[in-house]
Amino acid sequence: MERFIDTFFNAAVLARYAPAILEGALVTVLLSLLIVMAGTVLGSGLACLRAYRIKPVSILIVVFADMLRALPPLVLILLAFFGLPNVGIVLSSFMVLFVVLTLVLAAFAEEIVWAGITATPKGQWEAARSTGLSFTRALIFVVLPQAVRMVIPPLTNRAIAITKMTALGMVIGVPDILGQATTAQSFSANASPLTLAAIAYVILFLPFVIASRWLEARFAPPAA
Amino acid sequence: MSKAIIRLAVPDMILSPAPQGSAATATFRVEALHKSFGADPVLKGINLSVQRSEMVFVLGPSGSGKSTMLRCCNRLEEPDAGEIFIQGDRLTGPGVDLNKMRQRIGIVFQSFNLYPHLSALGNVTLALRKVQKMPREKARVAGLEALDRVGLSDRARHYPSQLSGGQQQRVAIARALALNPTVMLFDEPTSALDPELVGDVLDVMRDMKRQGMTMVVVSHEMKFARDAADRVIFMDDGLIVEEGPPEQIFGDPQHNRTRAFLSRFHE
Ligand SMILES: Nc1ncnc2c1ncn2[C@@H]1O[C@H](COP(=O)(O)OP(=O)(O)O)[C@@H](O)[C@H]1O
Ligand SMILES: [Mg+2]
Repeated sequence: MERFIDTFFNAAVLARYAPAILEGALVTVLLSLLIVMAGTVLGSGLACLRAYRIKPVSILIVVFADMLRALPPLVLILLAFFGLPNVGIVLSSFMVLFVVLTLVLAAFAEEIVWAGITATPKGQWEAARSTGLSFTRALIFVVLPQAVRMVIPPLTNRAIAITKMTALGMVIGVPDILGQATTAQSFSANASPLTLAAIAYVILFLPFVIASRWLEARFAPPAA
Repeated sequence: MSKAIIRLAVPDMILSPAPQGSAATATFRVEALHKSFGADPVLKGINLSVQRSEMVFVLGPSGSGKSTMLRCCNRLEEPDAGEIFIQGDRLTGPGVDLNKMRQRIGIVFQSFNLYPHLSALGNVTLALRKVQKMPREKARVAGLEALDRVGLSDRARHYPSQLSGGQQQRVAIARALALNPTVMLFDEPTSALDPELVGDVLDVMRDMKRQGMTMVVVSHEMKFARDAADRVIFMDDGLIVEEGPPEQIFGDPQHNRTRAFLSRFHE
């Protein structure tokens, strides 16, 4: 028992590395916010673009969405971080993580929002167009708001799943929560920093998980 | 410019329009309208002239093409052939500003199609704000006025889900009215309503007629047609089979198909 506490809850180690974990938490929060904002905006934008049903454009979007949903994000992160410099593009580890996860979230968000757009009744388009709204205005002011509302629960779940993947940044040296924790763990030869990391993740993500539950209830289709 | 002059030259309100005025003076005119879905001809040459302030009722069995005709009238459905004129302006053909033209033709759907994410007032003002670019306050005033015309100015803040079917349909009517259309098209506006809510919607339509609105109404409300219509058209299989004043169509139909159809509606 003593050994267990010393391994996971060593007070001295905890105190020593808490500030580093806190710094890591700030990086994780910043990254997560940026990814969620950029990913959902980009994904919704692509879904809207697809609504115009211009064949070549739609095909490109579908290929993009399917590729990014099929590939493990870690593969993309490693490819981007170790591959891109060879073609002259040098990005910081933070940038690589941001770009890759934004694209992955955008791919999922595109599919989710697209599902919402196609699920919006045809009559909504017709009502909007018959009052003189152009296709684009009908999309922006009538269809998209309904589509997004409809898909807020799956979108929230996906956003949580992908922001948690910021932990993958560890492998390319992003100083996020897990990055700081693993560094601390190797210096201290003790697992307590990882305990701190786990606590930090719970504190950061649990509110969103709870919020997603609430959103799911709030935006659930009305019971028949 | 010329439009304004024409408007001024027409008497403000004609309470009893000539039932079958000539095509030349028609407020709304459809000529040789054809439409097929695939190999399936649905409209086989519809000709229809509607005079200013006239209420034309369209009857016909299910599948006869009534909805398709109305939807072609504002090109929600693209006609294969034929022409549509509104106050002499051609709506068909290339180079027409469709979004502008559509504001002159209000349409009310069987299923209301209100925007669920907007309040009643939001529904009514959306096109005013986003198409006509009316400032917020001016649109609000115009929207409330339109809601008042359907007796719902006290429901402006309500969302569609908080309104009864009859109220929703009246908001949908207000949404079209707010744009000050020249003609209003109704596609079975009361078919989706509980019987006790039908009356409110018909009252609103009667009111609009009294105020001189030009209307084309597809509906199975025979009693209303008898009371309110200036002219009744019977459609079958993509063609207008017979038309005339309601007394004639209901009292002395000339065609077998009209008779057969009406016999199913004996009240
Ligand atoms: N979008 C469409 N695609 C294919 N067929 C259609 C479409 N809309 C209507 N139709 C067909 O056209 C015919 C006329 O339909 P409609 O105009 O709705 O008749 P009504 O309103 O008189 O009942 C029907 O046979 C219907 O199945
Ligand atoms: Mg119909």
